[in-house]
Amino acid sequence: MNETPVIKTCDTIPLAKERFGARSTFKNWLILAFFVGFLTWSYRGAGIHLSQLFSLDSFEQILIYINKLFPPDFSAVVIQEALKGAIETFAISFMGTLMAVVIALSIVFFASRNLIYSGLLYEMEPQQGWKRAARILPYLVAKSLLNILRTIPEMVWALIFVFLVGLGPFPGVLALGVHTGGVLGKLFGEVLENVDNQPIESLQATGANRLQILFYGIVPQVLPHFISYTLYRWEVNIRVAAVLGLVGAGGLGQRIHIAISLFLENQLLTLIIAIYLLVTLVDYLSAYLRRKVI
Amino acid sequence: MNQQAQLLTRPSHRSFFSYLFTALFLLTLVDSWQRTGIDLRVFFEAKGRDALWKFLTGMFPPDLSWNFLSLMLRPTLETIQISFWGTVIAVMIGFPLGLLGTNTLIVRGILNEAELQGAPVRRGLRYLVYVLARGILSLFRCIPEFVWAFMFVRAVGLGPFPGVLAIGVAYGGMLGKVYSEIFEGVNYRPLEALQSIGANKLQIFFYGWFPQALPNFVSYTLYRWECAVRASAILGLVGAGGLGQQIEISMRMFNFNEVLTILIILFLMVAGVDYLSAKVRALL
Repeated sequence: MNETPVIKTCDTIPLAKERFGARSTFKNWLILAFFVGFLTWSYRGAGIHLSQLFSLDSFEQILIYINKLFPPDFSAVVIQEALKGAIETFAISFMGTLMAVVIALSIVFFASRNLIYSGLLYEMEPQQGWKRAARILPYLVAKSLLNILRTIPEMVWALIFVFLVGLGPFPGVLALGVHTGGVLGKLFGEVLENVDNQPIESLQATGANRLQILFYGIVPQVLPHFISYTLYRWEVNIRVAAVLGLVGAGGLGQRIHIAISLFLENQLLTLIIAIYLLVTLVDYLSAYLRRKVI
Repeated sequence: MNQQAQLLTRPSHRSFFSYLFTALFLLTLVDSWQRTGIDLRVFFEAKGRDALWKFLTGMFPPDLSWNFLSLMLRPTLETIQISFWGTVIAVMIGFPLGLLGTNTLIVRGILNEAELQGAPVRRGLRYLVYVLARGILSLFRCIPEFVWAFMFVRAVGLGPFPGVLAIGVAYGGMLGKVYSEIFEGVNYRPLEALQSIGANKLQIFFYGWFPQALPNFVSYTLYRWECAVRASAILGLVGAGGLGQQIEISMRMFNFNEVLTILIILFLMVAGVDYLSAKVRALL
């Protein structure tokens, strides 16, 4: 559950012939033609000039820019500023993730079907129309609330909160908290809907009520997954927190914005190094905690 | 019940670690709270309440006039185009670098066993290539796409092109890493079987290695495309084309009903792309 689902075992992969042979060649060509058409349409629409990119001239431009970046500015003032930015970014990601957990936990129990209206917990309950509806309604509300929180990207939330509460790290915390709250709510909800039913059944057999079942049968099962997902989102959030400042929400991003706008390339490199170190640090910290806590 | 409950939640043996962890956690919490200037009262004071009210009432009804929608058509298409070509460039960067960054393909493993035995210089050179590829991928990955976009806007000017480049480079780093992980995760038995019948390296790669990795490749690349759509929709905030630019303009002009319209478009677009990529994945 907590591994990334990217890499599956390769033992059961069918032969290429089995996979593609069944489809007619015509259909294959059609897909290819569609793909190529999409490619050219996008090429023109996105204003790409690969010839320009690969020309000697732009190569020179890139070299000049890289040249300007070096050497990184390691003067005391810049280091201090970078350190301050890094700590602020860390604080934003930390508080944002914490807020997200609070939001997710306060919504998710309404947003999982097996806790609120169906499944094992409710099989003894007669299917009364309005009573069931009164349980389905909060489910729908919670579910769509999570969807809204999740759909709006962090950066847009940040823009909105900068408007609402002003510049600084606080809107960054709110933006991360609200968006990640939606994401964690969805992930937590999936964990809750996939709990093992056997402990619940045995608790039910001993006469436990729903609240007892929740705390003794469900929470112990889902807690490791919750922690694991939270740590994972924290890793994501440290990366986002580093750039939230580009729209005015504090942290390293704000300093990067200034450095790029004022053509202070040497300082920019220092800040990029700071991001790299910070992200690496948080990755290690999160991996360590995951091993230790779970 | 009480004893059972204790067994289930196992609070009994508190180690040194848990005390240290709790202390550090609380310390970080307090410090972060102060540092980020969290002040939830803002929303209840007159000024914050006014802003919130203005925002919420300003959003409804969303601006669905034909005039505005037709104006949004181009940025919407542009967003998809940016994400598409960004992903294509990411594959072009990630695939070769991912190959070079695969330990079992370049340095170790059955392909190189016989060849590199007793040839420390060649082995060292190969290792250098491997480390270099990994380093470049990590560099591409660690700089956020927003910072890339900002730098490319400086380099090639405003518009969708810097967005394409930013997604290409940043996602190239991510794809390359995952590609090499997929390559390292293949089943080695077919490769050994191919080797034992006398296939050369290229043959082993194309008949043993690549077919195993392909489905995961495609599915991960599609997943990244979905992410790229979201990313390209907001890269415009730093001037790299697409819907993001429109969001910023509408936000700056306090036209919140337009913001809501764009968010709805964004939602529909992301849902459409998710659907499409699920369809393509099902074809595999």
